[in-house]
Amino acid sequence: MQNTSLQFKKQVTIKLADVKLQDALSRLQTRFVEGRSAVISEIHDLQETRTAAAEIRDRVLNDLEHWLLHFQQQATERGAIVHWAETGEDANRIVAEIAAQHGVRSAAKSKSMVSEECGLNDALELAGVKVMETDLGEYILQLAHEAPSHIVAPVVHKNKEDISDLFAEKHRLPRKTGIADLCREAREVLRPAFLNADMGISGGNFLVAETGSVLIVTNEGNGRLVTTLPRVHVAITGIEKVVPTLEDVSTLLRLLPRSATGQSITNYVSVLTGIKGPDDHDGPEHFHIILLDNGRSSLIGGEMQEMLRCIRCGACMNHCPVYQNIGGHAYGWVYPGPMGSILTPLLSGLEKSPDLPNASTFCGACAAVCPVKIPLPDLLRKLREKQMDQGMKSRRETSMLKAWAWLALHPAIYALATTIGARILGLLGGKKKLLHFLPGASGWTDGRDLPAPAGRTFRELYREEKRL
Amino acid sequence: MNSRDTILGRIRNAQVPASAGAMQKVATHLAQHPRGPLPPTADDLLECFKERALKLSSDVLEASDRMQVPVLLASYLGERKLPMRGVCWPSLASLPWSTAGVEMQSHPANNKDLVGVTGAFCAIAETGTLMLLSGAETPATTSLLPETHVAVLDPRRIVATMEDAWDMMRNEYGRPPRAVNFISGPSRTADIEQTVTLGAHGPYRVLLIIAPS
Repeated sequence: MQNTSLQFKKQVTIKLADVKLQDALSRLQTRFVEGRSAVISEIHDLQETRTAAAEIRDRVLNDLEHWLLHFQQQATERGAIVHWAETGEDANRIVAEIAAQHGVRSAAKSKSMVSEECGLNDALELAGVKVMETDLGEYILQLAHEAPSHIVAPVVHKNKEDISDLFAEKHRLPRKTGIADLCREAREVLRPAFLNADMGISGGNFLVAETGSVLIVTNEGNGRLVTTLPRVHVAITGIEKVVPTLEDVSTLLRLLPRSATGQSITNYVSVLTGIKGPDDHDGPEHFHIILLDNGRSSLIGGEMQEMLRCIRCGACMNHCPVYQNIGGHAYGWVYPGPMGSILTPLLSGLEKSPDLPNASTFCGACAAVCPVKIPLPDLLRKLREKQMDQGMKSRRETSMLKAWAWLALHPAIYALATTIGARILGLLGGKKKLLHFLPGASGWTDGRDLPAPAGRTFRELYREEKRL
Repeated sequence: MNSRDTILGRIRNAQVPASAGAMQKVATHLAQHPRGPLPPTADDLLECFKERALKLSSDVLEASDRMQVPVLLASYLGERKLPMRGVCWPSLASLPWSTAGVEMQSHPANNKDLVGVTGAFCAIAETGTLMLLSGAETPATTSLLPETHVAVLDPRRIVATMEDAWDMMRNEYGRPPRAVNFISGPSRTADIEQTVTLGAHGPYRVLLIIAPS
């Protein structure tokens, strides 16, 4: 997927003014934030479970080579073929080759963010394979030629009227208005795609090293259909998704759906191992697993390695005051919210997404809800430091920070400057104590008033209090 | 150098030089497969399972023995004006279906079948989940393609946690079959306006008939 993170600031302005989007985002807050809070307490010892989950992820990341090798060995033993892709283009080429090798004309696909990363659908269409997205949200986006705006709820930015219009136009059927009717229509339109597809494409939430299995977590049943009916199954996922054992994956499964959608468990958890047996009636004859690197291995052993613990639940974005106000598209790539503000610069270049590490208030909500305890604000701060070190900050920002640093090291001058500043701003604020305009701070005052200082500094007030 | 070696080489170079014990540590963890923090075990697994299953929008009926299953299914289908015919796993074919007025065939479900009747390898009380293992006699499509999925479950095969279910599978099969499916209620989607709608691409309803075999 094309990275348009450079347009971040421009996009933010547009998104903030988008009334329909704001309405949609408030729904996300009710359903996902309140939903998580209602079921996360079901976990007997939440903090202990989160710590255990972080340790499971670290165990793998600290020795990723051996865990990957063990996974490959087990998967191969069961008849799967493991492919390694360094970049998204490599992954696309491998899938296209598999399609050609098996004479595949059509593919049914369940939701995969890694495939979005690669831009797989476009690549396969170019190779002459018709790809049908079958997750309801992804299907809607495919019809509308749009990108997902959330990693779990990809179509959160659309309301049901948008979808009614889209279905009526594309399906050429009478316009439905009820959500249940829209879902049934999609089911009926998509059923033939599952039955006729030569190839099923899925992601992989986890790779179980013990058994060589790909584990997928779904609700709609489309993940089961695309991995059961077509004669070829291609699973594509990141190299970091390995988990040692079925016990380890159970610990993670207690956290993932609860953190993501506020469900105790998703409708389906499928553990897929190897190919159809000689007497089996269903299952793929060919099972290909594609392990994508795309920049992930460069994080191993470094100060950003903790980001690879991520299990893609989306809790960080659901709880982020920035995401809650601008939605996912503004971030410009596949992964939005706090995890995206870290992953996007790491995987596709800090210089291409300079605003993302700064799109955070550092309120800490993301780290507080992260099921694998990724210190997201710390990682964002490290990226900001990197920007500073590499001279990627604007001259204005750098000189202002330098001036601030100088002032902070000269207490007497600092006191004088703030006293004068507070007086002037206090006067400018007038009776209402609000500033409608301030030179150099239009980014703030364009959208809202800036509260004016009281006219006196903290130091002055403190001295006064002490005298009493 | 191929992609695998490039990727693994990059990881190897970045990580703390692999000690001779690294491979051993992997092997030990796999052999011991230790459990993480577990939920407290319910006093009554059957009651806990039923309560959780109902919460996930499954329907639950109890039979005194397996011979009673067809009658219960007939009344369930009748009440909902659903077709009185379906397909079942071979192990259930000998139940008295026709006496109960249900036309039952024993073959893997295809797209035309509206009711699919399966057994279950076991059930997990922790979440009200069924665990099905795929195989020649236990086709995966029967719990997937029909609009109504009926699972006949032996109450003695309800375990407390996912970890217990994995151990049961290891004991009886050694390794996972092609597909292990956890099923927790009817398929659903909340993609449109985050409103939960039952019946996405899988079954619209899941009926659990708990019957000792």
